[in-house]
Amino acid sequence: MTADMLYVLWLRQMRRYVRSRSRILGAVGQPILYLLALGYGLGSVFKRAGGGNYIEFLVPGVIVQTILFSSVFWGIQIIWDKQFGFLKETLVAPVSRFTIMLGGVLGGATIAFIQGVLVLVSALVLGFRPDTWALVPVALVVMIVLAVSMACLGTGIASLVNDFQGFQAINNFVVFPMFFLSGALYPLVGIPLLLFAVSAVNPLSYAVDGLRDVLIHQSRFGIGIDLGVLAALTVVLAWFGVFTFSRIEA
Amino acid sequence: MSGLPPPGYLSSTDLIDESGGPVIRRILPAGKDGCQVTAEDVPASAAAIEVRGLMRRFGNLVAVDRIDLGVRHGEVFAFLGPNGAGKSTTIKMLTTLLRPTEGTICLNGRDAVRDPTGARRQFGIVFQDTTVDTELTAYENMELHGVLYGIPRAEMQGRIGSLLELVRLSDRANDYVKTFSGGMVRRLEVARGLLHDPSILFLDEPTIGLDAQTRALLWQHVNEMNDRSGTTVFFSTHYIEEAEMAADRIAVIDHGRIVATGTVQELKERTRAATLEAAYLSLTGTEVREERVTGGEQLRERIRGQRR
Repeated sequence: MTADMLYVLWLRQMRRYVRSRSRILGAVGQPILYLLALGYGLGSVFKRAGGGNYIEFLVPGVIVQTILFSSVFWGIQIIWDKQFGFLKETLVAPVSRFTIMLGGVLGGATIAFIQGVLVLVSALVLGFRPDTWALVPVALVVMIVLAVSMACLGTGIASLVNDFQGFQAINNFVVFPMFFLSGALYPLVGIPLLLFAVSAVNPLSYAVDGLRDVLIHQSRFGIGIDLGVLAALTVVLAWFGVFTFSRIEA
Repeated sequence: MSGLPPPGYLSSTDLIDESGGPVIRRILPAGKDGCQVTAEDVPASAAAIEVRGLMRRFGNLVAVDRIDLGVRHGEVFAFLGPNGAGKSTTIKMLTTLLRPTEGTICLNGRDAVRDPTGARRQFGIVFQDTTVDTELTAYENMELHGVLYGIPRAEMQGRIGSLLELVRLSDRANDYVKTFSGGMVRRLEVARGLLHDPSILFLDEPTIGLDAQTRALLWQHVNEMNDRSGTTVFFSTHYIEEAEMAADRIAVIDHGRIVATGTVQELKERTRAATLEAAYLSLTGTEVREERVTGGEQLRERIRGQRR
C-alpha cells in the first residue's frame, strides 16, 4: 500500500463530489430543512414542555443525520461501481483489497465530514451559537470518527448486496431505525423501556450525545464515554467493512 | 499436440518461439504455492498461463468443469465458444475476480488464488463491459490506473499521451467519459488495459460493439505489442473469424468443458473439416444457445439464486 494509491482513490471520490453540485445541495439542504421546519414547527411545543430551545437541541442531531446519510451513501457508490463496472477495474489492480477499501472509506468519510461542517456553518449563520467555542474542535473529532465508522458500515452493507433495492432494504431496516432511536430529533425520555434499551445500545446515540455535550452542554453519558463507544464502534465496523469487502466477487 | 515442442525444449533462459523468431524477453521468476505442476503440452518454465482442473460451481450449476489450459509466453491464444459456454467465468477466475471451486491457476508462475496480488501484477485486462469511471475524464481514468499499477509519476504523462494518441483520443483527453460514444469508451478501455505494459493481456470479447475500423485498430495494436514485447494475449470470443485471424492457438469451450485445443490447422484435421467454422460446428454441435441474457447478467442471476 502506498500513500499515492490511497490518494488517487480518495481523489476520485473528491472529484466526483465537487462535480456534483446537486449532491452537495441536496445533502446539506435536507438537514437545514429539518432544522427550519421542525425547529420552528415544534419549537414552541418543545419549550412549553420544558425542553428549552428546540433549534439548539436539534443542531447536533441534524449534523449527525447529515454525516450518517452521507457516509452510508458511500455504500451506494460501491453498488454503483459494481453495476457499472468500475469496481472490477480496482479489484484486478495489483493492490490489496484493504487499500482499495481504505481509499474509498477515506474519500466517503471526507465528503461526509465536509457535509457535516457545512450544516454546522449553516446553523451558525442561522443564529446557532455553541456554549463553549473552545470545545468546537472536540465536536469536529466526534464528527470525523462518526464519518469513518459509518463509511465502513456503508462498505459492509454494499459488499453484501448486489443491487440498490437490497441496499435500500437494509438502509430502511438498519440505518433509519438507528437514526430515529438516537435522540437526534427528540429527547429519549419517557419512551417505553424497550426503546430506551435499544437507544442505549445504539452507537448513534453516543454520537448525538457527544455533539450535544460539547456544543450545548446537554448530555446523558458524557463526552468521555461517547468518544470511547464511538472509537470501539469504528474498530468493529472497520473489521466488518474489510472482511465483507475482501470477499466480494465480481 | 504435434506442433508443440516437447517438454524441456524450452528453458527459461532460452525462450525462442516456434518459428525460430525473436527471443521472448519477458521472463519472470516462478512463484511458490501450487504452481510447479508441469503441463503436458507446455513446459512449466515456458507457460505464461497454466490452468489445472479448474472448476466453478454456482449452486448446482457447474459453469466451468475441470478445464486444463497451457498458454506459452508470447502466444496469442483464443478462447472460442458459444454464449454461456463458460468463457467469461473462466476469464474472471483467471483474473482473480472469482474464486475457483477447485483447481489451480498460475500466471507467470504466480498462484492466482493464494497470491492474488502477485498474479495481478502479471496481467492487464480489457473487460467485455464498461469499467471506466464515466464521471472522470479520459486522462483521469488513465492516471488512476497508472497509479494503481505503480507507474512512476515521471513516466505517467508521456505514456498516457502516447496511448491516447494510439486509440485516437488525444483531443478528448480532458473530456468527461460520459460524453463519449460507445466506441470511444471501448478504445479508452483498451488504452487503459495496455498502460502498464502487461506481460499477459486478457481481452474478454474485445470487439463486441466495435465498428470495423476500431476492430482493425485494436488488433493491429495488440499484434504490435505481441511482436514487440512478446506480450502473451489471451482473448475470448464467439466470432470464429476473429479466432482464425488473430490466434496462434485456439481452445474451443462448450458447456464448461474444453472440447479441443490446437492451431486452426490441427482443429481442421482433427474434425476432418474444410473450414474452421465447420470444425467448430462439428465440435460444439449446431444447437442454438440461450441468448436471453448476457454472461454477466447470467452470472448475477445465478449468484442471486444461490444466495436466496
